[in-house]
This record gives sequence, C-alpha cells and structure tokens, in this order.
Amino acid sequence: MAPNSIHWFRKGLRLHDNPALREAVRGAATVRCVYFLDPWFAGSSNLGVNRWRFLLQCLEDLDASLRKLNSRLFVIRGHPNTNEWKISRLTFEYDSEPFGKERDAAIKKLATEAGVEVIVKISHTLYDLDRIIELNGGQPPLTYKRFQTLISRMDPPELPVEPLSEAFMGTCITPVSDDHGDKYGVPSLEELGFDTEGLPSAVWPGGETEALTRIERHLERKAWVANFERPRMNANSLLASPTGLSPYLRFGCLSCRLFYFKLTDLYRKVKKNSSPPLSLYGQLLWREFFYTAATNNPRFDKMEGNPICVRIPWDRNPEALAKWAEAKTGFPWIDAIMTQLRQEGWIHHLARHAVACFLTRGDLWISWEEGMKVFEELLLDADWSVNAGSWMWLSCSSFFQQFFHCYCPVGFGRRTDPNGDFIRRYLPVLRGFPAKYIYDPWNAPDSVQAAAKCIVGIHYPRPMVNHAEASRLNIERMKQIYQQLSRYRGLGLLASVPSNGNGNGGMMAYSPGEQQPATTTSASSASHGTGTAGGSVTNGNGSGSILLNFDREDHPGPSGMQQHGYHTASDPGKGMARLYQACSSHEFAVPQHPGRLGHNAGKRERESERETAGDTETHSSHKVQRHSSEVSLKCHRHSQPTPEGQSSV
Amino acid sequence: MKRGRRGDEGNSSSSSGFLEAASKKTRPLEEPEDSTSTWSLLPQEILLLVFQHLPLLDRAYASQVCRSWNQAFHMPELWRCFEFELNQPASSYLKATHPDLIKQIIKRHSNHLQYVSFKVDSSTESAEAACDILSQLVNCSLKTLGLISTARPSFMELPKSHFISALTVVFVNSKSLSSLKIDDTPVDDPSLKVLVANNSDTLKLLKMSSCPHVSPAGILCVADQCHGLRELALNYHLLSDELLLALSSEKHVHLEHLRIDVVSENPGQTQFHTIKKSSWDAMVRHSPKFNLVMYFFLYEDEFDPFFRDEIPVTHLYFGRSVSKEVLGRVGLMCPRLVELVVCANGLRPLDEELIRIAERCQQLSAIGLGECEVSCSAFVQFVKMCGRRLSQLSIMEEVLIPDHQYTPDEIHWEVSKHLGRVWFPDMMPTW
Repeated sequence: MAPNSIHWFRKGLRLHDNPALREAVRGAATVRCVYFLDPWFAGSSNLGVNRWRFLLQCLEDLDASLRKLNSRLFVIRGHPNTNEWKISRLTFEYDSEPFGKERDAAIKKLATEAGVEVIVKISHTLYDLDRIIELNGGQPPLTYKRFQTLISRMDPPELPVEPLSEAFMGTCITPVSDDHGDKYGVPSLEELGFDTEGLPSAVWPGGETEALTRIERHLERKAWVANFERPRMNANSLLASPTGLSPYLRFGCLSCRLFYFKLTDLYRKVKKNSSPPLSLYGQLLWREFFYTAATNNPRFDKMEGNPICVRIPWDRNPEALAKWAEAKTGFPWIDAIMTQLRQEGWIHHLARHAVACFLTRGDLWISWEEGMKVFEELLLDADWSVNAGSWMWLSCSSFFQQFFHCYCPVGFGRRTDPNGDFIRRYLPVLRGFPAKYIYDPWNAPDSVQAAAKCIVGIHYPRPMVNHAEASRLNIERMKQIYQQLSRYRGLGLLASVPSNGNGNGGMMAYSPGEQQPATTTSASSASHGTGTAGGSVTNGNGSGSILLNFDREDHPGPSGMQQHGYHTASDPGKGMARLYQACSSHEFAVPQHPGRLGHNAGKRERESERETAGDTETHSSHKVQRHSSEVSLKCHRHSQPTPEGQSSV
Repeated sequence: MKRGRRGDEGNSSSSSGFLEAASKKTRPLEEPEDSTSTWSLLPQEILLLVFQHLPLLDRAYASQVCRSWNQAFHMPELWRCFEFELNQPASSYLKATHPDLIKQIIKRHSNHLQYVSFKVDSSTESAEAACDILSQLVNCSLKTLGLISTARPSFMELPKSHFISALTVVFVNSKSLSSLKIDDTPVDDPSLKVLVANNSDTLKLLKMSSCPHVSPAGILCVADQCHGLRELALNYHLLSDELLLALSSEKHVHLEHLRIDVVSENPGQTQFHTIKKSSWDAMVRHSPKFNLVMYFFLYEDEFDPFFRDEIPVTHLYFGRSVSKEVLGRVGLMCPRLVELVVCANGLRPLDEELIRIAERCQQLSAIGLGECEVSCSAFVQFVKMCGRRLSQLSIMEEVLIPDHQYTPDEIHWEVSKHLGRVWFPDMMPTW
C-alpha cells in the first residue's frame, strides 16, 4: 500500500533543493506539508515582530507554491487530531543544532514505535557536519583556518536536488478539506497578537519566491562587477540591499547548496575555467563553521559550562544593556545601527562587529550572551549556532581571537561614512548636525547644537561611557584574562592570545621542521633567537611581566608553594594545556601546580643569570620552542569539547 | 544535558555551599580495615605534597576523611597564597568566595597568608568587602598584594579614607611587601609614605596605573627610598625627569620594567609635559635591558609632545587613532622597539611609515594593526625586511589594500615565505 506522508517544515521553507520533501512525495498516496507554530516555537515568544512577519511571509509563499501543485500547507496550532491522516511516513530536514537533534531523536523514536517510517535529509548545511568533525579527529575545528583546511580536503557539497514539480508529484495528492483555511491557514500577525498599526512595510520580505529573485540579482551584480573578492565597505553597504541573502539562508528559503553551485558556475564563466578559491564562498563557509562548532555543544550559547568559551568576568548591568538595546547610548554610530536593527531586522556585518564590540570587550563590558539574546529577537538571520558563535568571536571569548583591536564608536563609523548620512537616516534628531560633529555631537559647541535644534543631554543622550577610559580598562582586563589562560608572562600584548589568531590552532605548520610556536611563548622565544649583538632588549624567558613579583629567593619548605605574582601557577608547560580548564575552574584560584612554582622561578632566575653571561640564547630558545609546540598540541586537544560534552542524542 | 555536570558541580559548590558541599560528600569508608589504616599512616610531608596538587574544594572533601587529613588541610603551607573573589550576584556572572571560607581563613590562617589578591567586580559592596578583609589582616606578613578590578574599577568609589586605612593596615603589619598591584584605586601620597616607611627594603614591584590621588612627588618618594624596585607601572602625569634619575641612581638596582599609560579623558584638556632625552639616557645607562611599555589613549592632536626625541620604548600600544605623521616619528625615535600595536589610523595607507619602522627598529618582533590601511606590496616589503624575527604578526584582513602586485589571496603565500611559517591575516566573520 502506498504510504501517507507528512513533510514537517521547520527551517528549509522551500520547494527547491528539498530532498526530504521529495522523499515524502516519492511513491506516496498522499502528502501533507505541515508547519507547527507550537509547541516548538513556544519558547521563542520573544521573537521580534520582524522575524514573525518574515516567517509568516515564508509560510504564505510556501502555501502559494504548494497550491500550484494542487497541494496546501498545513499550519498547525495546538493539538490537531491527525489520526484520520493514517500517516505511515514522516520526512524532515536534518537539524544540526543540539536541541533540534535531541527533539528529532525523540520524535523519531515515537514515530518508529508507531510504525511510521522516518526519513531525514541534510539540506540546511553544505556538508554533513559529522563528516567534518570526523575528519578533524572527532573534534570540531576551533579556528576558521583549520575549518577551511578540512573543507579543502573534502569533496564538493552534493548537488542540489530538483524542485518539487507537478510531474514529480505524479499521483500523490494532498487531501484538502473545505475548511482548510480556518483549520490550517497561515495566521496573520494580528491573529498572533501583534499590534501592526503603523508597522512599516517589510524591508526584507520573506519567502522562497523572493529568495530566488534575490539570488539572480545577487549573481547579476557579481557578474557585472566581475569581482569576487570581499567588497570593501562604504556608506552604501550599510543599507539593506535587494541582493542580500542572509535571512533567506537562515530560514532556508534559499538552499545554501544552490547558492554554492550558482556561485561556482558564475565564477567559471567569468574567470574562464580557473577553479574558484574558497574565499568565493566566504559567507556560506562562515555559517558552516559555526554550525560545525555548535552541533555537539548544547552549551554553545552560554559562557558557563561551555568548554570552548573563555570565562570573562563580565559586568551585570541591566540599565546599560537597555541603553544599548534601545539605541540610547549617546554614540550616534551605535544608536543608528541599533535603530536599523530594530526597524528592519538586518545590519551589515561590520555594523554587527561595531555594536558587539561596544557592548562587550570594547566599552560596556557586558556579557555577549545578553547581546546574543537581543540579536535573537531582532535579527532576521540570527540562527542559534551562527548567532552565538559570532558573539563569542566578536567578544573574543573563543576561537583564538586577537583582542587588541576595539572598534572605536566614533572613528569606525566616520571612516565608513564620513558624511554621516547613515546616522541622519536612522536618527532624524541628529539630522541638523554638520558632518564634523555628527559622530560626536557632545563635542559640538553650543551654537552648533542650537542650530541643529538638538541639545545633547536634552534631545539626544550624552555618551553613556567615556570610550578612552573604558577601552583602557577593558584592554587591561582582557590582557589579564588571556595572560592567565596562556600563562604568558611577557610584556607583549599580541602574544597573550594563544595560537595567534591566524587560526591554525597549532595544527598546521609551514613545514614540520619549522613549526612556528604558535603560542604565547613565541614572542619571548623569538627575542631569544634574535637577541642579536648588543641585545639591549630581551624579554628573556617570558619572565618580563610587570605582573610578576620578584620574590624568588625564599621558598621555605621543600616545595616552595607560593603564588608568584598576581596570577595563579605559572608553569608554562602545563599551563596551556589547561587553557580552558583553567577558566572553568578558577573559583579558588590557587596554584594548580604549586609544587612547581619554586622550580620555575628558580630556573628563571638561573636562566636570566646565564643570559647575562650571554651563553644561553639558543639553548633556552630551543627549549621554549619545544615547550610551546607540545603545548599547542595539548592546547588544541584540551580546548575541544570533552567526550562527555558530546551530544547524548 | 548530562555533560559538563561534573564541572558545574565543582563550580557551584566551591562557592555557594563551600562547607555544606564538603560535608555532603562525607561518607564512611567502606574499605577493609587495613587499607584505611595504611592511608591514615601517610606522613604529613607526603600528604602535604598531595594536597598541594589538589584544588581547594578537593582538599576540603579530603579533610572530611579522617583526623590526620583534616590536620593536613590546615597546614600553613597550604594557606600561603589565596585569591579572594568578591562578586555580587547582581553585578557579576561569576561566583564569589564563600563567606564561611573567608571567615575561616581570617580566623585560622590569616597569619599564614603571604600572597594575597582580591578580585573585585564592579560593585562598591565588593570593594568594601575587600577592604574589610584587608583591615582584619593585622597579624600577617604579606609578600604580595593585588587589588584587581575585574570590571569597572570599584575601589575608586569607596571613601578614600576607608580604603587608605585598610591598605595601610597591610603596609604597617607586613614590613616585607615585595609586590603591590593597586591600579585604579584611591591610594594617595601619605599612604605611599607609610608603604615606604615599612617596606622600603623589600619592595620590588609597584603597579599603580590610574591612581589619581598620587602626585609626582609621591611616587618620587617611593623611587628614592625603595632601591630594590624593579618593576613600576604608572600614568604619564607621574613621570618626571627626577623620577627617572632617581631610578637610575647608583644605589638603585637595575630597573626591569617600566610601564607608562598616557591617557587623556577629554580632548584638549590635558597638557602633556616632555621628558628630557638625557633622563632616558641615564635610565638606559643604568638599566640597559629595561623594558619601557607605553600605552597611549590620546586624541590625534594630543601627540605633539611625543616622539620628538629618541625614547627607549620597547612596547608601544596605540589604543586610539594615531596619525601617519606620529607613526613616522615612531620609526625615527624608537630604536629599541620590540612590539607595536596600532588600533586605528586615518584613511591614508601607512606604507612608508612601516618600511621606515622595519629599517630603523631592528628589534621589532611583534606588530598588530587594526583599523589601518597598508598596500599589499608595502606590507610584503615590510615583512621581507623584518623576516623571521616577526614572531607575532596580527593584521586584520581589511587592512591590506590590494594593488597591482598582490591580491589578498597571493599575499599570504608571499608573507608566509618570508616568515618561514604559514601566515594568514586575521579574519572576522562575514555574517
């Protein structure tokens, strides 16, 4: 007997390249495409109106496309009686996110027990993420570079499958009752309880049809400029573009594989047969990277208990957070971006960097988790993995990022849009300010403020933070944290970040013999190695930190268990291995290897003595290098989620 | 949700239920008689060695096992260093050191403490709590003391007198402080005098960036008396020719590190003085290996007094936008430069400036560029000139402007070749 199928739409709101949907139809007597507004979205009632609208438009569009195939979409609210459907096959798109996996496993179990065949297909990501992880020895890659290396070793993604068509439907039908609209119609925003009065029309209309129009436009424009590099940012790129695709990829209105192969074709056509570089797919690969990093880590969106997240003592400050979220920081550049985000549901990626940096490590020192929640509500393309991953990245909480560079909330905008048109568009109250002051109106003389009909402190808030002071403090805090993590004691700021952000995670060397100690001690080892004639400046053995105390001489007792300096144990060898462990267990920050401290300091003393005698340069340099290559490997291993951290699904 | 449970347990119990958690674990050993007795016969020296490798919470668990382990738990050697974490749930994501533990330390172990730090969140209550503990440390002799603000500097919000009286308790009682880190606190000249009067022979490290109540005379008094001082961190307004001369006097040991923060909070309101080249020369003569670390947080037009003469700076960090012209002067005036970090620069490429820096700063081994622009070919030239001594090269992808010679895809090979290792620019997610 031919089966009765249900295709369950979650993401993947499209008929093109939807392998699971095709499986539902293949050889079936009936097919019903369902979308549950509840219960899976129940927890997401904080989603902003733009996201709801986008979703409803996607569903409308799906329903319209299904009608053309004599079918309909079933939007299900509450608990419908589906017994009469006599379902024997269930299909859905694979969800790589930890909670999705857990949910799907439960569903699959229930369905199988009820004698329902379950078919799951991967189509939200380019690759089978488990394959990438397998290729990386069972752990997700933690740096983008490493990820790219793995990808370049894999076969290209599978080709997109044909869209669902009348021909493919064949004899498969969808039983539709007369009251379908009442029972299973797509609800309106009003029905969901949103107040839509005065709601401007959507800048990003949802739906597969729109997505397919956009991708053509996107490719036309790329073909026209014949430039496949990352476009440089200018004032125009800050605005929503009719060629933008990210929300469509997020909801699966657009298949990432379709996008991938269309890009490849275009590149080959324009560049005449040369094979496309990975950078062509940048946007898609970043997305893939974060999905891969998150798929086995249910704590990916948290700091506590997240094995890849550095624990940073962020400030809890609800008032400051609210000012940021509601565009009342007093920095026009930040406020304009946040206004655009709230109004339209999308901001340029560099604008994301600017506001994320401002909220976290740059100025307010507020946890990235809070920012992530705001984006979750307001940003159309905020997928759980990508959103959390990007926030960790931008707040330098993971992925070995350099932290020295904080976007200036005044200068960065000014560089991008010197005239300030972007600000005037989203913050009309500042419209009257000349370009000279539009990024820092509080510096404008009273006469200028009066002429602009905007007095700072009355019509527009004063800056909520002194950026110079805040960035001074925060860079110090970040350094403190990273030095503690990496056990780095040198003076260099850049060397405090383990595995210097070039992203090889200590796994990739130019040639085996020349492995760069891509870890924290590299600066000091290099200064040994190059401590050339005169050698007036040496960091020596990494002992240089002004944080280090000098109390080396008296260590009573056999073990000399003092804490040296202000940080915990400074055993460089073991230190890095504990990179992330250290940050999840430092409540009682006593030396982890107290017994070694005395040694260490003692050795240090001796080394610096010999150094003075001038005979140890190479010797100690070698040692440090050996140390650090061991260390970087350990670091890589340890910084991965632990086996217990794998999903239990 | 089973994973990570172990970690969670450790964390929560370590703070929110220190003793309860420890006692919960107590259950009678179900080992045969003989093995129990063997364990309790373990000599204290061995126990100490074992305990030194255990985190505090595990030691607390262990102390519940038997009398001898309980005694070991209290051995003075285990209480020499301690980091108090003082956080309020309303202002921090991190847990605090449990109050019972603090009480116990003050009661039983305060005379054992030697290396103490306080990590304090942004609430005034936490800073106050730190001061309360400090003022109870009357019968201890600290060697190091660190007051560390992990978020906003909350010590600054305390009444100055309250803070000073707590701090001077330590100064007066310790007599052998060697390291003191009190950045962002209301420490003042008179309290530094107390520090000097009691600890001048032992003080080796003093870190006091952004302490607005200290005057140049206050820090000069420290430099004059504390001849063992080897590391010092302070703000530029405290730096004077006299200070440098005092630090390079014959009686003084070689200075190892000097860190200077140059901060201006409001444009045009701070006038920056200059330091004579002869004073720097005296420093270099006295301490040829000393590191001079300078962090600049200035507006572009405030740089005028800087880099007019040769300066022995080794590590330079420009936290705000800095002009092409100033970077040009850096290339001329900083022959000892080891690390250079430029967070932002104007819109004109830094080509000649970088090449000059490569030419003149022969020690340069680390460079970081944020919102700057450099043409690809100038950058390759720079790397070629510096070669393998560049051990840290952190350049944002956007910094490199493609030109007729190199595209961004080619540049990483070219740079990797000169560095002798794989190199890529720093990337930010396209999202």
